[in-house]
Amino acid sequence: MRHGKYRFIIGFLAAPLAMYAVFVISPFIQAFQISMTDWSGLTPDMNFIGLENYDKLVHNDLFWQALWHNVIILLVVPVVTLGLGLFFAFMLNVGGRRRKGAAAVTGVRGAGLYKVVYFFPQVLSITIVAVLWQQIYNPDPSDGLLNSLLGAIGLGSLQQSWLGDPNLALICIMAVMVWCSVGFYVVLFSAGMSSIPSDIYEAALLDGATRGATFFRITLPLLWDTVQTGWVYMGIICMDAFAYVQIMSVQNGGPDDATQVVPLLLWKTAFRESSQYGLAAAMGIAMLIVTMVFAVLTLRFSRRERVEF
Amino acid sequence: MGSDINRRDLIKRAMAVGLVAAPSAALLSACATSGGSSHNSTAPAGKTSATNPLGVKKGVALEAFIFKGGFGDDYVKNAEKDYKATYGVTVKHTGTQSLGPKLQPRFAGGTPPDVMDNSGADNLDTASLASQGQLADLTPLLDAATIDDPAKKVRDILVAGTIEQGQYGTSAVYALNYAFTVYGTWYSQKLLGDKGWAYPQTFDDMIKLAATIKAAGIAPFTYPGKYPYYVHFDFFAQIAKVGGKEAIIAIDNLEDGAWQTDSVKQVAAYYEELAAKGYFLKGSEGMTHIQAQTAWTKGKAAFIPNGSWVENEAAPTMPADFKLGVGGTIGTGSSDKLPFGTVRAAAGEPFIVAKSGKNPEGGMELLRIMLSKKHAQAFTKSLKSLTCYAGAEEGLSLTPGLTSASAALKAAGSDVVNPRLQDWYPTLSNETIGGATGQLLTGKITSAEWIKRAQKGADDTKKDSSIKKFKHS
Repeated sequence: MRHGKYRFIIGFLAAPLAMYAVFVISPFIQAFQISMTDWSGLTPDMNFIGLENYDKLVHNDLFWQALWHNVIILLVVPVVTLGLGLFFAFMLNVGGRRRKGAAAVTGVRGAGLYKVVYFFPQVLSITIVAVLWQQIYNPDPSDGLLNSLLGAIGLGSLQQSWLGDPNLALICIMAVMVWCSVGFYVVLFSAGMSSIPSDIYEAALLDGATRGATFFRITLPLLWDTVQTGWVYMGIICMDAFAYVQIMSVQNGGPDDATQVVPLLLWKTAFRESSQYGLAAAMGIAMLIVTMVFAVLTLRFSRRERVEF
Repeated sequence: MGSDINRRDLIKRAMAVGLVAAPSAALLSACATSGGSSHNSTAPAGKTSATNPLGVKKGVALEAFIFKGGFGDDYVKNAEKDYKATYGVTVKHTGTQSLGPKLQPRFAGGTPPDVMDNSGADNLDTASLASQGQLADLTPLLDAATIDDPAKKVRDILVAGTIEQGQYGTSAVYALNYAFTVYGTWYSQKLLGDKGWAYPQTFDDMIKLAATIKAAGIAPFTYPGKYPYYVHFDFFAQIAKVGGKEAIIAIDNLEDGAWQTDSVKQVAAYYEELAAKGYFLKGSEGMTHIQAQTAWTKGKAAFIPNGSWVENEAAPTMPADFKLGVGGTIGTGSSDKLPFGTVRAAAGEPFIVAKSGKNPEGGMELLRIMLSKKHAQAFTKSLKSLTCYAGAEEGLSLTPGLTSASAALKAAGSDVVNPRLQDWYPTLSNETIGGATGQLLTGKITSAEWIKRAQKGADDTKKDSSIKKFKHS
C-alpha cells in the first residue's frame, strides 16, 4: 500500500490547497504588490512607487503607537482571559468541596448553571457586545449602568467617564474583550478537563494534594495542548480588536489616539485620508510580519512534552 | 502506527498558517486589482424634451445607493416611485449605513451604481471620488428646467451656497447636497424662558450666564466626546464671527499660520475658560451623540452644539414642551468682523452620480424629481429638516426647532458661514483637531497647545502630497 500513499494524499489535498492558494495566498501576494503602489482603491489606475509607503509607515508615530497598543492587548488580554478561563473551568469541574454522596472530584455547587451563564457573551455578536458595553460605560450618573451602580452602592467618588478617559479607555476595551471571550475558554477547558481520568485526581487527593497543587501539577500539564490552541486563538483576536475599538472608543481610537490599533488605522487609511489603499496595504503587510513573529514565538516557546494518558 | 506523517505536526502547521491567514481578511479587497479595466458603458441618451430635459431613456435600468441614516431612505423611495411612473423601470434601491465598504469595490471595478447619497460615517470620500474623475458633473441637472415650472432652472431654486458646497476646486459640481442644515448652539426655549435667562451675544456674557446656570444645578454645556467635532460646529463659526469669513477661508485653504491669528486665540481661550470653570457636563467626554443629547433633553445640560437634525434625532427623548431653539453665533463683541446673528449653515446629504454608471442621466433625473416642491415639502414635513430648495417650507406648519432655524437663517441674511474643513479634510478636522478639541474641553491641554496641534495638523496635511487639496475664496 505504501507506493500509492503520496498519490492518495495529493488526491485529497489538491482541491483545498487550490482554494487556499486562490483565496488566501494570492491576496497576500496582491497585497504586497499593492503596498508598493499609490493606488487609491477608487480607480483602476496605480503607479509603482517602490518602498515609499513603508518609508512613510516607519516615520509615522501614530502607526507605532497603534502597534504598541496591539502589543499591549496581545500581552494582557490572552493571559487574563486564559487565566480566568482556566480558573473557572477548574472550579466548575474539579475545584468543588467534597460533598457527601457525590463523586470525589466535582465542581462547585451550581456548576451547570455557571457554565451556561459564562457562555452567554459568546452567543452575542461582537457588534452587539460593543454597543451594549458602550451603554454600560455611559458616563451619565443616572443613565450609565456602571456609574449608576457605583452611585447606588455609595461609591460615587469612583464614577469615571470610562471610555472618555485616556488613562482608562484601553483598559475598558480590554475588559470587554476578556468578558466576551472568557466563556468560550471555560467551555473549551471544561471539555479538556473532563477527558482527564478522574483516578489521577483521586490518587492526588489520597496523597493529600491541595486544590492549588492539583491545578498546577495535574490539570495544567494535562491541558497544555488546549491552552496552547486557546493562546493562538486569543492572539488572533488581539491582533485584530478592530470591531471593539471602532464601535466603542471615542473619536475612532481615542481619546487622543489612546486606543488606536493597527487594523483600525489601516481601515481609516483605506477608506478615509483620501483613500490610500497602497499605504493601507503596507500596514497590512507590517501586521502580517508581526503576526508571523508572534506565531513562530508562540509555537516555539510553548512546545512541551506531551503527556499520554 | 508507523506513519511518518505526524498528525500533531500537521495540525500545528495548519494552525500557524491559519494564524497568518487571519489578518488577510483586511486585505481581501486586494482581489479588486484583477478586475480593473474601466469601461464606458453609458447608455446612449434619449431624446430631450420639455418634460425630459436630461434626455432620459425609457426602460433603462437605474440603480440607487442611499445612505439610510437619520433621515431614513423613504424620501428617495418616494421619488423613485415617480421615476417608475414616468420611465417604466423599477429603480434598484439599496438603503444602507455602510456605503464605503460596499461601494469601494464597485468603483474600483468600474461598475458603480448610478446615483448615491454618499453620507454617514462609513461613506466614501466624495472629495477623492471627485478628484479621481469618478463622478459626473451635475451641471446639466442644474441647467435643466424644474419639474414644477419649466421656465425655472434647477440652479435658480437652490439655497445660496448649495452649488458651491458641491464643488471641489473646479467649476464642475459633483455633489448635490439635498438637506439644508443650520448649525449652532441648541437649547430648550422653555428652560431659558422659565428661568428668565436670555441667550447671550458675547463670550463674556455666556460665561456669566454659565455661572448662573451652574449655580442652578444644571451643567451649562454638553457635547458628544465620542465625536468632539460637534463642538467645531460652534467653534469654527465663532472664529468666522470674530475674524471674518477670511479667517475661516484661510483655515480651509490650509494657509500658513491660519490657526495662529488673534481671532482663533480668543475663541480657543473661551473654550479653555469654559473647561477650567467646569461648565461642561461631567462625563461628556465619554458620551456618544445620543447619550449627550439624552442628558440634554432631560435637562441636565442647557446648551449643546449641534445641527438642525437634532430635532428629529432627539425626538424620542425630547419632552413635548421642550420648545427647541437655536442660538446665533456668539463672539467677543461689537469689534467682531461679523455681527451677532451670523449663522453656520450648509447643505448636507451629498447626492452624487457616477460618471461610469450605466444611466447617469437617469441618476440626475431622480435628483430633479426630488427637487420638486412636492418631494421637498414632504421631506421637510416628515423629517423636520429644510432642503436645498429655497423657500419650499413656506406655508408648512413647522416644528419649533425648524421655525427657529428658519428664522435664524432669514435673520442672518448674507452672514452665513460655511467652513469646508470637515468635508475637504475629514481626518484633519474630525480626528487630528477633533482629538485636540476633546483634550481642550477636558482641560488636559491649554488653548495655546490646542492651536499648536491644529496648526501642525494643518501643516502636515498641506505637506502630504497624497491628499488632494482644495481652495475657496
